[in-house]
Amino acid sequence: MGIIRTDRLVFEYIRRDEEGNVEGITRAVDEVDLDVQQGEFIAILGHNGSGKSTLAKHINAILYPTEGSVWVDGMNTRDDKDLWNIRQEAGMVFQNPDNQIIGQVVEEDVGFGPENMGVPTEEIWERVEESLKAVGMYKYRKFSPNKLSGGQKQRVSIAGVIAMHPKCIILDEPTAMLDPNGRKEVVRAVRALNDVEGITVLLITHYMEEIIHADKVFVMDKGKIAMQGTPREIFSQVERLKQLRLDVPQVTLLAHELQKSGIDLPAGILTVEELSQALEHVQEYRR
Amino acid sequence: MLRDITLGQYYQTDSVIHKLDPRVKLIATVCFIVSLFIVKSWVGYVVAAVFLAVSIKLSQVPFKYMVKGMKAIVFILLITVVFNLFLTPGEVLVSVWKIRITKEGLQMAVTMAVRLSFLIVGSSIMTLTTTPNSLTDAMEKLMKPLRIFKVPVHEVAMMMSIALRFIPILLEETDKIMKAQIARGADFESGNLIKKAKAMVPLLVPLFISAFRRANDLAMAMEARCYRGGEHRTKMKPLKYAGRDRIAYGVLAAYFAGCIAIGICL
Repeated sequence: MGIIRTDRLVFEYIRRDEEGNVEGITRAVDEVDLDVQQGEFIAILGHNGSGKSTLAKHINAILYPTEGSVWVDGMNTRDDKDLWNIRQEAGMVFQNPDNQIIGQVVEEDVGFGPENMGVPTEEIWERVEESLKAVGMYKYRKFSPNKLSGGQKQRVSIAGVIAMHPKCIILDEPTAMLDPNGRKEVVRAVRALNDVEGITVLLITHYMEEIIHADKVFVMDKGKIAMQGTPREIFSQVERLKQLRLDVPQVTLLAHELQKSGIDLPAGILTVEELSQALEHVQEYRR
Repeated sequence: MLRDITLGQYYQTDSVIHKLDPRVKLIATVCFIVSLFIVKSWVGYVVAAVFLAVSIKLSQVPFKYMVKGMKAIVFILLITVVFNLFLTPGEVLVSVWKIRITKEGLQMAVTMAVRLSFLIVGSSIMTLTTTPNSLTDAMEKLMKPLRIFKVPVHEVAMMMSIALRFIPILLEETDKIMKAQIARGADFESGNLIKKAKAMVPLLVPLFISAFRRANDLAMAMEARCYRGGEHRTKMKPLKYAGRDRIAYGVLAAYFAGCIAIGICL
């Protein structure tokens, strides 16, 4: 059994009118089955309102399933006695960096999680140091979070989660409010965590460029999983992605258009290098 | 412009005063303020001045930063001095038309001015050398006995430190909303007080909504990081008294005893 598993997970929002009468029920997550193995880099894609954030909040036991169940490392999220263990093992990074930094100094914020867990003082300092180093923010440890850029703040948030020594990290659109440079910084830090520390990563995003390095991609639409597979498999279905209102990376789109006009290119090209290589190949072949 | 406001006006140097336990500084400030009201003779004020001067010297904070704090109270200081000077009855020194300056008035005015300015400078030594965060920590620790009376000490301290963290963020947000509304023709500058207050309503509504949204997000983020109140919690920076803190307490006790003695005898 994987580290994160959901079994026919359903979550319903009940909409009420001003008097509190039930107006209707919205299924935000609809019968989702996930099985994530330890050490994997998983990406969940979807446009706004596709239910991806709701799904993420289930894994950290912030929301409880209406039907079905969620297991984190063999613990059911409905089980109250495992609540704090689940939250420690499945760390969560949210979208807005300003609204999740609690400390007034970077190092104090990173220490917040371990403090809550009751880690002894000396060990907190060790954890803070190693997690700030893991995201490349160690030299900013004495800074006020208000003086950092968006990307730096988000890296501090990630460090704050790593300091709790989680087995997996769920990142709920961590780059949505950042500029392109900040996005790159954050994605690089997340990849390093997955590669170097072997932490399972669940990256929720609507930027296609960020999922290129994922082991597996799930595309969500209207609460259901609409597509799943490796990034290459996903990106080879350009028409389907457009149907789901997702932006395909420009290179992939270009390759797709070239293919359509009769140039023999492999499906699912993800990077500029790949495309240029494939084109060179085609040129040589023609000669 | 709003972004320039720094709260707590902390000034970083590596001085002894900075390194002191925040509890010592908090208690010392309270004692100093009390001592200003105990002593009544000029000897007492000289002692207080010496104590203050030594603290300033030790803190290595430029004197002009201390005086900055005075600017805020210049007006109050002037009123106090003027009222005491002209309205205290007693032995007349100078008399011009209906205005009389008495000996007692002069004494009173000088005393009040000295007291008030010492008070401000004294407490600004504390705020200049202590981060707001360690001040909250100190308060939490000092108030801990109140837990017997079911005072939620940890929660209050947590609220204070979160409030301090969010003040600059909310100020920035106010600035943003203000600019967005000025761009659409809102007028915050002209008109009388009532008109100005009315103009603030469209500013406050979005600000409140966003503050609530932030609070909601923050609560979720805190829970996701295993926050469950003060129980089972360890401290990253626990407050511990060192040798210098004991010495500081000794000096403080000597000073305070001296002031009481002066207050009684002179």
